[in-house]
Amino acid sequence: MNPLDTLQGTVISGLVLAVVLAYVAKLLVGG
Amino acid sequence: MEIAIFVRWLHVVGGVMWIGLLYYFNFVQVPALAQAGAEANSGGPGGAAITKYVAPRALFWFRYAALFTWLTGAYYLAVSPYTLHGAFTLGLMLAEPVASVTYIGFGVWLGTIMLLNVWGLIWPNQKKILGIVPATDEQKAKARRVAFLASRTNTMLSIPMLMFMQAGAHGLPFFG
Repeated sequence: MNPLDTLQGTVISGLVLAVVLAYVAKLLVGG
Repeated sequence: MEIAIFVRWLHVVGGVMWIGLLYYFNFVQVPALAQAGAEANSGGPGGAAITKYVAPRALFWFRYAALFTWLTGAYYLAVSPYTLHGAFTLGLMLAEPVASVTYIGFGVWLGTIMLLNVWGLIWPNQKKILGIVPATDEQKAKARRVAFLASRTNTMLSIPMLMFMQAGAHGLPFFG
């Protein structure tokens, strides 16, 4: 099932992506 | 008034219109049209009025707000210490990492992908769905799915994009 088919799945996917990208960004700036 | 600060203000205004209409499509119009279609055979009014009168206007302001937001953001970055190059390279080309440049860079990439989704996927497929360009029923069905997924992808991407857009000045909510 594609999580983007539901609003809940879309929002949760966005939040998970935000956490992952925040972690990557922190690594890049050496924090 | 410094022109760059004025343009940054316009960038925020344009962004609110763009993302506001994106959320309108995903949280309001798409579920409303699905319900209207399901109830059309049982005496409901159907979604024709939304498709004819609301959707084209919403799509007009949506796609031009997206372009306006990107252009004003690009101008602001180009004349700011971040620089467009610095942002697009996530600050990795700088002698020392600057967190705000890296953060705005993530926001810039996400916003750019979203703009390309609007003009490259959502709008061309919406033109088929709305009958602005000719399409068979099969092509319309495919266009509906592509436009839907592109719009949902942008909704998903908007969440980290908005986080990074304010992280340079206010920090990240995670791993602080």
